[in-house]
Amino acid sequence: MSKVKMHRSTPSIDMTPMVDLAFLLVTFFMLTATATPDEPVQVSIPSSVSQMPIPERDMIVITISKDDKVFFTVDGTFTRAKMLDEMGKLYNVSFSEDEKQIFSVLTSFGLPIQQLKQFLQLDREDRKGVTQGGIPVDSLNNQLKDWVLQARLANPKVRIAIKGDGDSGYPVLKKVMNTLTDRKVNRFNLITGDEQLPSEVKAAAAAAKKPA
Amino acid sequence: MAEIQGGGGDGGKKGGKVRSKKTSTRIDMTPMVDLAFLLLTFFVLTSTLSKPQTMEITLPEKPKEGDKQPEVNEKKVLTLVLGANDKVYWYVGITEPRAEKTDFSKDGIRKVLLEKKATIRDLIVLIKAMDDSKYKNMVDILDEMTISNVQRFAIVDITSADKDIVKEAKGS
Repeated sequence: MSKVKMHRSTPSIDMTPMVDLAFLLVTFFMLTATATPDEPVQVSIPSSVSQMPIPERDMIVITISKDDKVFFTVDGTFTRAKMLDEMGKLYNVSFSEDEKQIFSVLTSFGLPIQQLKQFLQLDREDRKGVTQGGIPVDSLNNQLKDWVLQARLANPKVRIAIKGDGDSGYPVLKKVMNTLTDRKVNRFNLITGDEQLPSEVKAAAAAAKKPA
Repeated sequence: MAEIQGGGGDGGKKGGKVRSKKTSTRIDMTPMVDLAFLLLTFFVLTSTLSKPQTMEITLPEKPKEGDKQPEVNEKKVLTLVLGANDKVYWYVGITEPRAEKTDFSKDGIRKVLLEKKATIRDLIVLIKAMDDSKYKNMVDILDEMTISNVQRFAIVDITSADKDIVKEAKGS
């Protein structure tokens, strides 16, 4: 009799604590995860020792791709819709309410405004297949200038960041920086990856801090 | 298998009724655990660990017409020219400068910067990028400014004189 009893009680394990922990972790990762929007280009950003975090809201991000094309985005659906409206007036392109709606939830784009209407009329899937040629930043046809201006008018709190591919050429950066300084934007951010300060510099900085 | 121990409060009772209650509270948790770990794995793998940082730069305002440009002692000016293939050319002063070639490694431009910073008081660094330099080079050189703690530096357009100087240095 005693043999039978032992067999019955052994194979059950209490999983409750493990489940508790698993769900705790699931909840944590779910809440901290942010969906990464699909960008039209992949850029590999260079690293720097700067430790300043990027503000999460009110950002204009000007992306420079590897092949020197310029892309533009700003966050906030309201800002985007208003900006597109004003840009349409400026360049005599009229956008319908639907197109504004689509535009307001998109991410980066890199098209001259003349092609933007056609792009917005495409299906979601077709839009991914379009190779975008970049926003014109030449001195003759500088649409980036107007996008930046209209975005800042729509949301005055907005800050500007440049996210460049490490292998993009300097001339494009120069054009973008000139565009910004022409608009009296003298302070902006370069988005960079993480890099540790060299150890000897760190030690020197710590030593300098101590007496003060 | 997983189970929830039910019937904690039935210590005093005995008989068939209690037994049937005990078995009914057992739940097989395995599918739930499977799902929990599946989700856990998914979120762990998709979450990005390192957020990108930013580097703030402030450019001077465009000079208006009639503005007087500040004059500086040429002996205090160190010019860095960013060239192609991750090379840096540097020279001190303006009259008859001789450029030297170096790179972005630890013993390259950083050594030069630290050396010049120690010997020249109120050092001013001018950064000039050639058209065939990369965005990466610019970020790197701005980084070096932070590392070597150079307070005064400016990003300046390149002149044809600079190009000639660099051409000379390239040959040597």
